[in-house]
Amino acid sequence: MIKSEKIIRIKNQEPIELKKIPVTDYESFTGMVLEILKDENTHCVSYYAYPDSNDLKFIMAIADDANHDIIVLSHILKSLDKKKLASLSEKVFALHIFEREIYENFGVEFINHPWLKPVRYAHNRANINSQINDYPFYSIKSEELHEVGVGPIHAGIIEPGHFRFICNGENVLHLEIQLGWQHRGIESLFLEKKHNFQRNLLAENIAGDTVIGHTSTFVQTIEALSEKKVPEQIQIERAIALELERIAIHTGDIAALCVDAAYQLGANVFGILRTPIINFTQHWCGNRLGKGLVRILGTHFPFTEDLKQELLKILNDFEFRFEEMAYSTYRLPSIQNRFEFVGIVNKQQAHLIGTVGLSARMSNIYRDIRVSHPSNAYQKFPYETVTVEKGDVYARFLLKKKEIRKSIDWIRNVLSKYKFDSAQTEKPNYQLLLKPNQFVISLTEGWRGEICHSAITNDNGELINYKVKDPSMHNWKALELSMRNTEISDFPINNKSYNLSYCGNDL
Amino acid sequence: MLNTTKIIYHNGKQYISDLKNVSLEAPFRGRPEISTAKVDLQKLVDVCPFGAISTNPVSIDMGKCSFCGECAFAFPEKIKFTQDYKIASNRRENLVVKEGETAPISFDVNIIRPAIRQTFSKSLKLRQVSAGGDNSCELELGACSNANFDMGRFGIEFTASPRHSDGIVLTGPITKNMTEALKIAWDGIPEPKIFVLCGIDAISGGIFANSNAIDRSLLNNIDVDLYIPGNPPHPLTIINGILDLTRQKI
Repeated sequence: MIKSEKIIRIKNQEPIELKKIPVTDYESFTGMVLEILKDENTHCVSYYAYPDSNDLKFIMAIADDANHDIIVLSHILKSLDKKKLASLSEKVFALHIFEREIYENFGVEFINHPWLKPVRYAHNRANINSQINDYPFYSIKSEELHEVGVGPIHAGIIEPGHFRFICNGENVLHLEIQLGWQHRGIESLFLEKKHNFQRNLLAENIAGDTVIGHTSTFVQTIEALSEKKVPEQIQIERAIALELERIAIHTGDIAALCVDAAYQLGANVFGILRTPIINFTQHWCGNRLGKGLVRILGTHFPFTEDLKQELLKILNDFEFRFEEMAYSTYRLPSIQNRFEFVGIVNKQQAHLIGTVGLSARMSNIYRDIRVSHPSNAYQKFPYETVTVEKGDVYARFLLKKKEIRKSIDWIRNVLSKYKFDSAQTEKPNYQLLLKPNQFVISLTEGWRGEICHSAITNDNGELINYKVKDPSMHNWKALELSMRNTEISDFPINNKSYNLSYCGNDL
Repeated sequence: MLNTTKIIYHNGKQYISDLKNVSLEAPFRGRPEISTAKVDLQKLVDVCPFGAISTNPVSIDMGKCSFCGECAFAFPEKIKFTQDYKIASNRRENLVVKEGETAPISFDVNIIRPAIRQTFSKSLKLRQVSAGGDNSCELELGACSNANFDMGRFGIEFTASPRHSDGIVLTGPITKNMTEALKIAWDGIPEPKIFVLCGIDAISGGIFANSNAIDRSLLNNIDVDLYIPGNPPHPLTIINGILDLTRQKI
């Protein structure tokens, strides 16, 4: 375990005074980062810059899974300094996306960065002349190769993104994914909207498929900054909603993969199996995707003993039909033949690009915030993570099934041990004062992987920075790697096996 | 074979036979009703971060309303949300519910272009475009075609290409980065064609209405045929809205 006065260790959702984060020169910052990231149990969860008076202040947060804490480091680029820094991505490739984002937002050039291109063409980008239609795609000059461009509008009901394949016949040599089409200015809106209720609703709309994931990460960030205690039952309710979200979306993903493998029975049955789960969420809070449920410091929709009985019944029925369908699907030779050995990202590659969540666990990397940096609900009711080994489409297909089973077990365990009582909860409270000059980072394991929100307050307790990171930020690279030396007709099953977020990346 | 039969038997009948008359239960929030009770109007207006509530007379604009229910929790004597999910309309103004009104949301059949019902009443192929949609409306549009809601029974489907489609269903507040692609898709659809706004982000910009990253000017030049409110709209709202627009009787 590395100790140094140049770093500070904090816990998930534990605010610290901003001035307690040691600020070092870039050279020792680089040295420390490389030293810390040598350990396989660490990975960078956030690295960003924000304007601090006239200077640019950089903050990096590295999760240390073995010690269950987060290492925070910082450095400053003075206003008079040249906007050039030696790239860290050269040595730790997983950092590439963070440096690209800083480059796009503030025009800081990272020397020797292998892939210094815009991330999302944000409305407030440094180089306003760069245009989304002029993205500098990688290309290979050859008479034998051809390029295939897909998007931004895709064939299905799906968000926009552009995929550019370089192919040799049917075989894909290289895929580059260009995003940004969904950019709505979320991070600036968090600062422009002054009322916490507005921000609460904004968090709900970051990614509509991860409503609970993003909203609970947001409320935990704000609650940490206000130093108010949230009733235990509310924390447990949020975790139940998070697991239901996981079950629902994973089930939908399994159905979508069956569609692409032309397995009609699986497509239909898994498709309708999602319905009772999201209908329960609607029965609980009025919205099938959970909008309206998670609120700062409380809820309008407390979980009750009646809801518990209904949920247990729904889970029993779901499990029986799910297991029966899965038994046939996962043994079907045509499914196995279609998914196995396709789109492999091995453990070494996954480490290199820094995948998180499901995309890490499919390559046998034990990376799960519920285990490594658990919130109170997962401390009280521990979750045991599952992984699979091969990193192909089948591995992702299989992992979704295993995680559904785990989530059902976890919810059942909670429901059997915890007594729900509306009197133990509170109504939402948006009128809270945030502590001045604080930094806080909040991590949640959403169904895609780790969601990271961090916030900084000024002298008056106003938000001066709000940073959102969706797991897709890391994982899009995994989809690109999956497609190398894969037939282009296998793209749909690869894409759906990851089901990454466009709006979560574009913000 | 035996396993397959068992699966089909165990899952039973899943489709909703009458999509017009499903009864949804509270806390599902559909069409709001505003009583004539006297309350502090300024506080009532301020409670809604979407600016959906206005006064004189007190009204809720469902084109802006996120159906979060916060106003009903703050002023239960003034506002309640019914479970009426048939809230889509072809007139923007019809989405505004005023004090004392309890009638269902109406469709103005007089302004429906004749070509729409002549051409699309038995078959309608739609192209979905997400321009900053958060994937919630997209999920619900997808659900419209699953075995529960089965919109395909009416001949309504989503297509891959604008060239094969009869209209666009737009989700999202229209990001600057998507304006050009959206315009190209719309121009690529042959006449006659319809334009549908799905979800409050598309109808009014929603929580993103004041964002510098969106550009809604394209809508100035397009006649919108259908507004489907909700965040996201329930599949039943979507399907009933499209049916009301395209056919006289179902």
